[in-house]
Amino acid sequence: MSELLKISGLHASIETEGGPKEILRGVDLVIPPGEVHAIMGPNGCGKSTLSYVLAGREDYEVTAGEALFKGRDLLEMEPEERAAAGVFLAFQTPVELPGVNNANFLRTAVNAVRRARGEAELDAVGFLKAVRAATKNLSMSDDMLKRNVNVGFSGGEKKRNEVLQMTMLKPTLAILDETDSGLDVDALKIVAEGVQNLRSPDFSALVITHHQKLLDYLGPDRVHVMAKGRIIRSGGPELAKQINEEGYTAFLKEAA
Amino acid sequence: MNAITPISRGLAPFEGRLTGITNDVRAAAVGELERLGLPTQKVEAWHYTNLRALSGHAFATPGMVDEGKVTAALAALFGDTEALAKLPRLVLVNGRLSAAHSTTRLPEGVSCTSFATTQDFGTQSAPDREAMVALNTALAEDGVCLSVGAGVKAGAFLLISVAGAGNEDASFHPRHAVALGEGASLTLFELAVSVEDAGPAMYLHNPVLSCDVAEDAHLTHVKVQEEAENAVHLATVYADVEPRGSYDSFTLGLGAVLARHEVHAALRGSHASVHVNGAQILGARQVGDITSVILHGAPDGISRQTVRNVLMDHARAVFQGKVLVERIAQKTDGYQMNQALLLSPNAEIDAKPELEIYADDVKCSHGATVGALDEDQLFYLRARGIPDDQARRMLVEAFLTETVELVQDEAVRAFLMQRVERALKARVSAGEKAA
Repeated sequence: MSELLKISGLHASIETEGGPKEILRGVDLVIPPGEVHAIMGPNGCGKSTLSYVLAGREDYEVTAGEALFKGRDLLEMEPEERAAAGVFLAFQTPVELPGVNNANFLRTAVNAVRRARGEAELDAVGFLKAVRAATKNLSMSDDMLKRNVNVGFSGGEKKRNEVLQMTMLKPTLAILDETDSGLDVDALKIVAEGVQNLRSPDFSALVITHHQKLLDYLGPDRVHVMAKGRIIRSGGPELAKQINEEGYTAFLKEAA
Repeated sequence: MNAITPISRGLAPFEGRLTGITNDVRAAAVGELERLGLPTQKVEAWHYTNLRALSGHAFATPGMVDEGKVTAALAALFGDTEALAKLPRLVLVNGRLSAAHSTTRLPEGVSCTSFATTQDFGTQSAPDREAMVALNTALAEDGVCLSVGAGVKAGAFLLISVAGAGNEDASFHPRHAVALGEGASLTLFELAVSVEDAGPAMYLHNPVLSCDVAEDAHLTHVKVQEEAENAVHLATVYADVEPRGSYDSFTLGLGAVLARHEVHAALRGSHASVHVNGAQILGARQVGDITSVILHGAPDGISRQTVRNVLMDHARAVFQGKVLVERIAQKTDGYQMNQALLLSPNAEIDAKPELEIYADDVKCSHGATVGALDEDQLFYLRARGIPDDQARRMLVEAFLTETVELVQDEAVRAFLMQRVERALKARVSAGEKAA
């Protein structure tokens, strides 16, 4: 199988006060195993919507098209089934969970996914060992595990917490929705290393970003430009450089 | 004023037992009952909670409960938490002290007598205001009078009520009192449970607890109410707190078809503090009522109330919180917050905060929130692979964790969380699906 994710003609809309509003207008995208792809595009072009639709958020209605993940109909699956199958979404705005301890949350998630994948659950000791190794790589303090999920975390801590979850859940496809936004140079490097550590023939990533910096670290295999709910241009890493220098205007004109 | 209420109005379920009473205090209580009747929704304090569940029943003096069932009920409680089994305890079965199930050795400096021997009603209760207390006064048979000597740190103490109605509707009205001497401390952990297969009849548990907290004394009162599902639990607590003393309470309501936990706490001395916190998890057609009246009668007092309700199916919660600050009670610091998580479109909460302030230099705030589970939080958990049912339970548990964490004692807190988890496991997914 040469494609891990195959999106064809995907249309999706969201319910608004003025009726349904179409945001995805025929997205076509293929991500082979082991590759890192980037999506760039102006605000409101549908990048985040695409990530939410792939992760299974119910606010969006898919009106046409399909998304196959490892040959399975992704859009038919519940969000938790997608996670178990290997899809991971790093949220642009990680959600705060007051009253939910971060370590308990991680362990519950890891074991839910392991159970669904037919793997043995981790006991407290096994989990602690795994999570300690992961936090160390991400320069996270143990204190972050004791706190409630994302509550009182700085922007950078929240993003690192997303990468920690990704590391622990071992996805085959990670969708990073502007994980680099709001990070300083050091934090960006740590996040990038967190992704690089996972790179293998069994790991692909779809990186949504506005900045070339993260892509410099990751070295994407392909870069896609999204506008008005469609992928309007695909190319190699040089595309990111071009956008960085020229902006989106030229691409938008071309597409119009 | 209303005309005198005939005894038949509302009192029929107890009628046979209210006649022929000779004791002065009890006779006065019967007189009040005859005057007031059992409260109807026309009585302001009972506007949101009606006692219709009692009508049509005739509550007898309860019979005996099978010893094996009592032992099993206690084992089920202690089996979950070992730390609990080690605590000294007094056990009442259907409202009567059971020597067989109680521990004989009391902590040093603690003395205990039974209400059956003292017949001492104390001075705090107000049968002329609280009809359920009048009913208790008229019918109380037994109870526990605990006294902690000055300066004694008595640790934790269990007061357990085990009920089993059997085949005949029954009511019991235990009368408890706790007195802490100067500088003493005690954690009173009260549990109300029923035996398994209690029988088809229903029972009414109507306890009254009076707490006297002397200067610099600290009483922690934690209660878990897990009565039988067709039972009625109507409890009244009085707490008088002297200078620098504290009454710190937490009540967890899980059982009974109708339950009310009513607290009258008074800060009698300066720098006293009162906490009336609690949580309820209600499903089916349960009604759970937490009512409190906190009286700031001295300066520099602190009162805190945080109550959280989780409501499923057709459940209904009632929160009434009155804070009364007398003119003398300057620098009072009062806070009240009532929150509800509605997990079904048919669930309901009625909340009535009431601030009555006569002092001019006070800080009093109150608030209330009502809502459903947060969809963003739910999606976040599911996107991490946690199945829908489990994710919902986690969020509900988190909502309650924040109140349970107000309980200081670690072992007690662990027990409370474990009861919460158990209650949620049995109900949340089922309740959500019904909705």
